[in-house]
Amino acid sequence: MPGKLKVKIVAGRHLPVMDRASDLTDAFVEVKFGNTTFKTDVYLKSLNPQWNSEWFKFEVDDEDLQDEPLQITVLDHDTYSANDAIGKVYIDIDPLLYSEAATVISGWFPIYDTIHGIRGEINVVVKVDLFNDLNRFRQSSCGVKFFCTTSIPKCYRAVIIHGFVEELVVNEDPEYQWIDRIRTPRASNEARQRLISLMSGELQRKIGLKVLEMRGNAVVGYLQCFDLEGESGLVVRAIGTACTLDKLSSPAAFLPACNSPSKEMKESPLVHPPSHGCRSTHNSPIHTATGSRLTQNFSVSVPTLIYTGMGSGSAGKEGGPFKALLRQQTQSALEQREFPFFTLTAFPPGFLVHVGGVVSARSVKLLDRIHNPAFVGIMGNTRSYKLLDWNSFNSDEPETRDAWWAEIRQEIKSHAKALGCHAVVGYSESTSICEEVCILSASGTAAVLNPRFLQDGTVEGCLEQRLEENLPVGCGFCHIPYDELNMPFPAHLTYCCNCRKQKVPDVLFTTIDLPTDAAVIGKGCLIQARLCRLKKKAQAEANATAISNLLPFMEYEVHTQLMNKLKLKGMNALFGLRIQITVGENMLMGLASATGVYLAALPTPGGIQIAGKTPNDGSYEQHISHMQKKINDTIAKNKELYEINPPEVSEEIIGSPIPEPRQRSRLLRSQSESSDEVTELDLSHGKKDAFVLEIDDTDAMEDVHSLLTDVPPPSGFYSCNTEIMPGINNWTSEIQMFTSVRVIRLSSLNLTNQALNKNFNDLCENLLKSLYFKLRSMIPCCLCHVNFTVSLPEDELIQVTVTAVAITFDKNQALQTTKTHVEKSLQRASTDNEELLQFPLELCSDSLPSHPFPPAKEHLESASSNSGIPAAQRDRCSSWIELIKLKAQTIRRGSIKTTVTVEKASPMGEGNFRNRSAPPCASSTVGVVKMTPLSFIPGAKITKYLGIINMFFIRETTSLREEGGVSGFLHAFIAEVFAMVRAHVAALGGNAVVSYIMKQCVFMENPNKNQAQCLINVSGDAVVFVRESELEVVSTQQPTANCQPSCPGGEVTT
Amino acid sequence: MTSELDIFVGNTTLIDEDVYRLWLDGYSVSDAVSLRVRSGILEQTGATAAVLQSDTMDHYRTFHMLERLLHAPPKLLHQLIFQIPPSRQALLIERYYAFDEAFVREVLGKKLSKGTKKDLDDISTKTGITLKSCRRQFDNFKRVFKVVEEMRGSLVDNIQQHFLLSDRLARDYAAIVFFASNRFETGKKKLQYLSFGDFAFCAELMIQNWTLGAVDSQVDDMDVDLDKEFLQDLKELKMLVADKDLLDLHKSLVCTALRGKLGVFSEMEANFKNLSRGLVNVAAKLTHNKDVRDLFVDLVEKFVEPCRSDHWPLNDVRLFLNQYSASVHSLDGFRHQALWDRYMGTLRGCLLRLYHD
Repeated sequence: MPGKLKVKIVAGRHLPVMDRASDLTDAFVEVKFGNTTFKTDVYLKSLNPQWNSEWFKFEVDDEDLQDEPLQITVLDHDTYSANDAIGKVYIDIDPLLYSEAATVISGWFPIYDTIHGIRGEINVVVKVDLFNDLNRFRQSSCGVKFFCTTSIPKCYRAVIIHGFVEELVVNEDPEYQWIDRIRTPRASNEARQRLISLMSGELQRKIGLKVLEMRGNAVVGYLQCFDLEGESGLVVRAIGTACTLDKLSSPAAFLPACNSPSKEMKESPLVHPPSHGCRSTHNSPIHTATGSRLTQNFSVSVPTLIYTGMGSGSAGKEGGPFKALLRQQTQSALEQREFPFFTLTAFPPGFLVHVGGVVSARSVKLLDRIHNPAFVGIMGNTRSYKLLDWNSFNSDEPETRDAWWAEIRQEIKSHAKALGCHAVVGYSESTSICEEVCILSASGTAAVLNPRFLQDGTVEGCLEQRLEENLPVGCGFCHIPYDELNMPFPAHLTYCCNCRKQKVPDVLFTTIDLPTDAAVIGKGCLIQARLCRLKKKAQAEANATAISNLLPFMEYEVHTQLMNKLKLKGMNALFGLRIQITVGENMLMGLASATGVYLAALPTPGGIQIAGKTPNDGSYEQHISHMQKKINDTIAKNKELYEINPPEVSEEIIGSPIPEPRQRSRLLRSQSESSDEVTELDLSHGKKDAFVLEIDDTDAMEDVHSLLTDVPPPSGFYSCNTEIMPGINNWTSEIQMFTSVRVIRLSSLNLTNQALNKNFNDLCENLLKSLYFKLRSMIPCCLCHVNFTVSLPEDELIQVTVTAVAITFDKNQALQTTKTHVEKSLQRASTDNEELLQFPLELCSDSLPSHPFPPAKEHLESASSNSGIPAAQRDRCSSWIELIKLKAQTIRRGSIKTTVTVEKASPMGEGNFRNRSAPPCASSTVGVVKMTPLSFIPGAKITKYLGIINMFFIRETTSLREEGGVSGFLHAFIAEVFAMVRAHVAALGGNAVVSYIMKQCVFMENPNKNQAQCLINVSGDAVVFVRESELEVVSTQQPTANCQPSCPGGEVTT
Repeated sequence: MTSELDIFVGNTTLIDEDVYRLWLDGYSVSDAVSLRVRSGILEQTGATAAVLQSDTMDHYRTFHMLERLLHAPPKLLHQLIFQIPPSRQALLIERYYAFDEAFVREVLGKKLSKGTKKDLDDISTKTGITLKSCRRQFDNFKRVFKVVEEMRGSLVDNIQQHFLLSDRLARDYAAIVFFASNRFETGKKKLQYLSFGDFAFCAELMIQNWTLGAVDSQVDDMDVDLDKEFLQDLKELKMLVADKDLLDLHKSLVCTALRGKLGVFSEMEANFKNLSRGLVNVAAKLTHNKDVRDLFVDLVEKFVEPCRSDHWPLNDVRLFLNQYSASVHSLDGFRHQALWDRYMGTLRGCLLRLYHD
């Protein structure tokens, strides 16, 4: 009897009129948990009933507490006929199960009906008494915290990051059961909602168990998805990153991590090894998956591209031994794990050492009919669906899906290996289903990680010291992790423009957020590649084969588009890359979104050159040169727009003598001959590797045109799909999260690929334009975390769903900072020199115990390296030295503001800014709940995480026209979903949802029948935030306490 | 390529004031789009017509969904579906309940029934206000009327409490409700020169002094219904004109006091008996509902027009009315001083307001 759940029904309001005669309602409430039901009295003739019920008590296992939702049904009492349901509220009580989160759920919940939408509100109080926290039976995993946030949550500290956890559960979809033919749509929808709620609960519990096994206490970057496989069933799967988190005890302690006063920011340099530019190469390895376990035995694994930077393997040089050591160590740490994957996209300082590039894998599967007649008996009777029953009947089913994913993950792992990386970060999985074909996709960023975060038993050596670590400022992560001599793909490698010591690729693609310390020049921007490919309608295997044949071409084209657009913007790296391939009846759609930036460490991208195939034709030539001019103009314009002005900077930096060991440069194999002389290191003008586009047919022509048709956002607007906008740091507190959905019907039946592409492109561009227009009152503002999802609900329909948040920023300040930008980066170069050298000794003493390398070595290393070289840049592979550098930097920052991007890129407002940004909206009216897809709230500090919000809703209508057509229907539904999310958060005592995501929005219509149905799945983290202006007093009172945690040695917390 | 579905939903509901105005004014989406185009918004923002169309549609849809809540403004405050900052909520409500002067003049004092609704078509044609907007305004009047009609307590307070309107707008609505329930005639040709503001001013004075609420704040309908007893008693005033001595005395008192102070003294002296008869007869007739309805017509006919035709300056009117009311206190034979003050105090205010071109 591990738990007692107590529920009290207080009152209702705004109930619908259920009795036409009296224009009133006789309402009562049923409270159900598991198989137990309680009822309130009937409150006669009122639209605002006051039940004030007793406490209904359910005595339940904690396992049930985790799995089951509390189900509250409001009904209208009818003496003569059956009682009419008004609507329901499902409450996930999981947040009450761990001590730090909410202790009570209390508030007004919208009463929701799947046919009528929200019908009034009900006030409910829920409490849980847990009797037994020991979890003796290990069936429950109460106490494991879940976070959707893909970084270490703001008020926690990662002690150990254990790694990948995954699980999936399968069930039959109630919508496809025979009984569905005889029950009402409402009953069917409710069965589905309830089932999915149950399955999510079970899934979460199972993942929690895995985390406990790993000795973790939390899952970060938890991503749960539904696959509506139709007849073959319903899959709920989740991935996440298991961690051991410590709560930062003093509220001030985590200030540096959020947008705390700028001082503190300076003291906590977030040194993320910069990641590498990746470059896509088409001649990537083709992996063919074999033996799938599908009953139909059909499965095609699609050749996938590895988007990677080209490898430079400097492993052989001075860095070699360290690198090898490091690798060895991390490997041993990671090898115990089947999949060294991390769903995180932002990391504690020092965690990320190098980034190799994007790895992805796709596989086409045929969904198997899992219908089992024997099973229907159980599902059909009135018992609640108990998942265990199902599983016992189809015990092999989840394993099939498991096997599919295992296959894909294996592939990802091997791709990562090929890039010389032992881990994958920013990892995510997705599916696209059409009829019986399913494309499974996984992608992530191959990376080399700092092992110290991954091991048990090094607690004291772990994170506290990460701050001391130092990498070459803002460029370490760009340095290639793979072997230069052994590059899988042809690539241009050059020396890092920042430290001049290590090789970097010319372009870097990643799926993670821009590390906060990365040295960036100018601002970033959203870059999208859009692509459609027609395909013949086909059945089963033929269909799957056709799809898998198309996929490589799509990947290639998407990649080419991304490259072209990146170059057109004059940038050299992509972050947050997400490529979505959607399958429909007669077409495939590809949509890639990423945020382009100019990384200071990478060489200046070359331009784009157009080459024609028939150079003899004069007019053609003219045309070509005209196009070329246009492209050059665009590049120039973009550089201006995004304030990319690197050449001067790099030259001046280069100006300092860089002692290059000769031998090393000789090994440089890239076509550019930049290696030998210092002067030749000037890559900034990089004409050599100009990208050549051949216009040999109309297709290519189209491509070029489409390149040029992408309109930049209107002035005052920026957009990105990452958490933070590179180059903007002075956020003000106004935020507006929104979802926009568009569906277009393709007109003609005989569509060509070009027409299709154009339609799709227009759809996306118009959508963006509309967003800019709608949000114009917020200018200057930035659309962050722009998340596009494409689906093909029917033959000729394309649906695009966008969720993003608009955040205002202070323009004046932005201008200032960008001006000083250049100076700062110059400063950085020089300041690095002075200060770095002082610290090794001091550091050695306290970091030694936990440190893998004998300190002496580093000393030798640094001593041996020529004096005058910024130590910071020297040994990227030695985390030990990085540690030192970081420390040096930390201290240095106290006085000089340098390393621009660190503070800049930080999403949080800075000290000086906060004052202004936070209007006295402390007094904001009761019940305002902010929602944002970001992990933070500008101008505010998250003080508490209340638990995960994971909600699934179905809405159906049989009076589509009356509800304002499809737009009216969906508009209302999405507004209702927001309302229900907000209500749940408010009931938990929170005032915001962070890391909010709409994972699914499946819309189906049948206008002829005047019907439509929509399924929406959303999730996020409920939090309490406090405006910084309110905190001001507190934080100024204890400034010393504040900086401690960020100070190198300070092990304040635990 | 046709757009099947196109929506934008913000966590905070976006309200575009300009579009809201167009919506309230009853323009169709396409009219609204072309009006917005004409406002030069495309040039300002660099948007396309398609964007504008989509944006307008979206706002219209939002307003349509909000309309249900606007019918009961407290619901808008408590509902959970649209997260709207309080200042915006206030703006939505205030604008929704705002009305056009031209429209209200047409409807003021009429019965807010379905029959009248049929006339909305004509009003729309006459005023140039879209039928849709007329409907909204009419329905607002009717809704407010129904809710507060039989309520106890101050009319303005009730309206403010149930419709969350600003003080000014609530007062206007109080006047509308008051006029509607007493069915004062305002549409006659000779009343056309009067603005809604004039009537509202009079309504407020009458509510303060002539209704049940003026004597007892604990009755139903206190601010809506005129105090019947008071109206009955007004018959007593008749002696002021019926009793010839009294009338003469009254006249001589007024004339003595005003001699040399009025530019139009001779006209006043000549007209005194007519004017006084007019004003007192208006009072005496108020026993009958029908005559109550004609109150304003009578006032204009019996007082405003005669004075105007003699070109009385407003100040002379004021002096005259002050003296005219005050002198009654010196008439020893007249016992209904309090009644006279209750009547004349209000009437004096009204007349001064009504006296203009």
